Amino acid sequence: MELELRGITKQFPGVLANDDVSLTARSGKVLALIGENGAGKSTLMNVLSGLYRPDAGEIVMDGVVQSFGDPGDAIEAGIGMVHQHFMLVPVFSVWENVVLGVEPVKGPGVLSRKEARREVREISERFGLAVDPDALVEDLPVGIQQRVEIIKVLLRGAKVLVFDEPTAVLTPQEVDEFFGIVDELKGRGATIIFITHKLKEALAIADDITVLRGGKVAGHADPKTATPEDLATMMVGRDIELVVEKAAATPGEEVLTLHGVHMLDDYGRAILDHVDLSVRAGEIVGVAGIQGNGQTELVEAITGLLPLAGGKVEFLGQDITHASPRQRHAAGIAHVPEDRNEMGMVESFSVAENLVLDSYYAKPFSRRGVMDGPVIREHASWMVEAFDVRPPLIDNTGGALSGGNAQKMIVAREFSREVPLVICAQPTRGIDVGSIEYIHEQIVKKRDEGKAILIVSTELDEIFALSDRIVVMYDGRIVAEMQAAETTPTEVGLYMAGKAA
Amino acid sequence: MSATFEKPPVESYERGEKRTKGLNRSQIRRARISGIVMLLLAAAVAVLFVPNAEGVATFGISTVDDAIQLDALVVPVQATLWAIVLILGFMGASQFVKGFQRRATLILGISFGLFTIAMMVWATAGAEFSLISMLVATVSRCTPIALGALSGVLCERSGVVNIGIEGMLLGGAFSGVVIGSLVGGWVGLLAATLTGGILALLLAVLSVNFRVDQIIIGVVINILVLGLTSFLTAQVLVKNPEWNDAPIFPSIQIPLLSDIPVIGPMFFNQTIIVYGMYVLVASVTYLLFRTRWGLRTRSVGENPRAADSLGVSVAKVRYWAVVSGGLVGGFAGAWFTLGTVGRFDEGMTAGTGFIGLAAMIFGAWNPVGALGAALIFGFAESLEQKFALLDIPIPTEFLAMAPYLVTIVVVAGLVGRARPPAADGQPYTKE
Repeated sequence: MELELRGITKQFPGVLANDDVSLTARSGKVLALIGENGAGKSTLMNVLSGLYRPDAGEIVMDGVVQSFGDPGDAIEAGIGMVHQHFMLVPVFSVWENVVLGVEPVKGPGVLSRKEARREVREISERFGLAVDPDALVEDLPVGIQQRVEIIKVLLRGAKVLVFDEPTAVLTPQEVDEFFGIVDELKGRGATIIFITHKLKEALAIADDITVLRGGKVAGHADPKTATPEDLATMMVGRDIELVVEKAAATPGEEVLTLHGVHMLDDYGRAILDHVDLSVRAGEIVGVAGIQGNGQTELVEAITGLLPLAGGKVEFLGQDITHASPRQRHAAGIAHVPEDRNEMGMVESFSVAENLVLDSYYAKPFSRRGVMDGPVIREHASWMVEAFDVRPPLIDNTGGALSGGNAQKMIVAREFSREVPLVICAQPTRGIDVGSIEYIHEQIVKKRDEGKAILIVSTELDEIFALSDRIVVMYDGRIVAEMQAAETTPTEVGLYMAGKAA
Repeated sequence: MSATFEKPPVESYERGEKRTKGLNRSQIRRARISGIVMLLLAAAVAVLFVPNAEGVATFGISTVDDAIQLDALVVPVQATLWAIVLILGFMGASQFVKGFQRRATLILGISFGLFTIAMMVWATAGAEFSLISMLVATVSRCTPIALGALSGVLCERSGVVNIGIEGMLLGGAFSGVVIGSLVGGWVGLLAATLTGGILALLLAVLSVNFRVDQIIIGVVINILVLGLTSFLTAQVLVKNPEWNDAPIFPSIQIPLLSDIPVIGPMFFNQTIIVYGMYVLVASVTYLLFRTRWGLRTRSVGENPRAADSLGVSVAKVRYWAVVSGGLVGGFAGAWFTLGTVGRFDEGMTAGTGFIGLAAMIFGAWNPVGALGAALIFGFAESLEQKFALLDIPIPTEFLAMAPYLVTIVVVAGLVGRARPPAADGQPYTKE
């Protein structure tokens, strides 16, 4: 089925999210839709899936103009969305998730479980999507959960499949499997729209590429001839460096050392399993791993936010295992937390206040327990300029900043102190390319000043762009450690997927 | 159909495998605490009950009009109490030392049960105690609790917290008695049910359409109904006593089933409201877990966005669930007036709606579990009533606190935490 969007325009209060967007997705082909955060991809997809009504423009399928009042209409018309955050009920079985909304019944409203299971099996056999209909979704690995999502849309007779950032949560091996599934679907004549910000993946799998920028179509590209640099330039509207310029590291003394750090969750499972790790002055250590393999807990163990079940944390030769977070902060550990809205700032506080969240109680920001407004504001004005936070309005709330600028604000706060150790968890998650570039430069600059840097990222590209040394976490353990120059993304990917070292 | 299709390797999904790596610190602490609790119970029996107890305790287990008359249970007090001390001591000690792990909750429950038995034996020493009438009262008293809990289950499974159960009970009790007095019991029951439904409609409109905080709406419903019924009682019912004199539903014996010793009089010689509770618990269980309506309701309570993306109307599902929960709550209210005394008193529900809420949590948002919890709370309440009659040296005020203490212990999670519906209490907004 051919899907055409003609002049889609969607206005929100203060934002023109989609401005005259036109694109075509062909039957049996993959259209990659790329763009930065805020380029209007999500809005466009919500229009397509019937969640929003466009202010202008039309959706045309095989020459017929469609009008979607709600998601049910879009499903009816043959559009299937596979959302980035899976739309699954974790405590339901696979079949319950799949048939929700189109339940087979025997008698008035009584579910036919047999029929439901049969429908799931039939789709999974037809498209090679192996999954047990009775498994509980929360017990399934992410890659299998994604299959459940795909089965869901296929069961509803989807002819156009829209994948929103489908590879964000997958291991490299699962990504390969996913591409296999996409090929299979293509072969059966499905029209596929693949939304991503990973340029390499777009080039690898797409037949057509459409780039969005600022709510408008910035251009189309042919994956056979385009390079990642071409696409990146179209996305941000200027030339950017995808590679971080950095000289070889000259590691000095050990700044941070973990000895057998052990941590348990509420069920008594080890979430950190005897982790040994060291970070030296003047080097960047990158922690790679799929989300949820203990990286968050590793950072919180070092920063003192979670108690240990065993082991020791040493900082500059001192045992800080039992020090409070503030003591550690004062001793010289900077922390850019992974969840910027939850942990990195107080959304309802002003930019100026957010910039002193870690030091408001100390001189010069406070005197005798009273905060000094003029000093805090002057500090903030200087910081937003130095760290290029836009707009540089220090009285706006932190929550009003875009993702990239909020992150720059947090980086400004954490990096402006002269400290021996900087921990950055997911430093560039979900932010625009320009901000990524800027933050990466700042991190390398810190390293060159002789600071010890620990980076945690689920983006392999980022790990490779920054790290001097790479450790891989899997199931709470460090399963591999190597020099960045001596390994490849494929090798790291295998460790991330749990292939034993 | 392809013959090469293989059943996927479910084993490789590591289902639950990681959770058995032994106890962590907090589990060990919890095992220790419950061990100490059991040892304290044993000590309490030995110190408080054993010294001033002698003779035998007699427990009647048949009512006068039972078809099959059973002899009363005659229990030697000293021997029974010592046996309970020994069992409690042994279980407490082994729980403290090694822990019963998975069965710890069950063992703790048994300990409380044994302690209760010890208390009953001690209090009855040298006297006669009609156990059967207490058990009959247990089932009757558990009815409004179970129905209140069921009302909560219906609402919360769809993701709407219902703190207003108490108000729905009270409203149902009031309109039940007034309409019951003027028109008749059955119409009164219908009026009570509809009153709950109307109050729930208020909850649905405010929470679904206006996304008001659900806790606040519930509190408002409770205060509104308490104030309104108190005002109307003082202004209207006092002046027109004939409006506050409803017929009481009689107990109905179910043929054959009511002849079973103990079980019969307990469960099958009750009023229509109690039977209604059985039917509602069974049918809500079936509706929630076996029908399309139930699947959609549960999905909306767990992940409304997912349901919405599949064309399930979150608002519609929540309206249905909340209003049916309200109808059940109003029906439960009728128990207080039409099911027992036939007249309305200010604030007569006395917190039963909140106990129902606790039963819902204790029963893990499952109708049958909620009924089980309600039976425990009903037992505690009727035990208190019985003890108040026996002349024992414990102030009845303390006994009156017992069910609430049990509630606190239960809700505080000494017996483990149940998982509420993931979207419970969250207003749903489309992006």
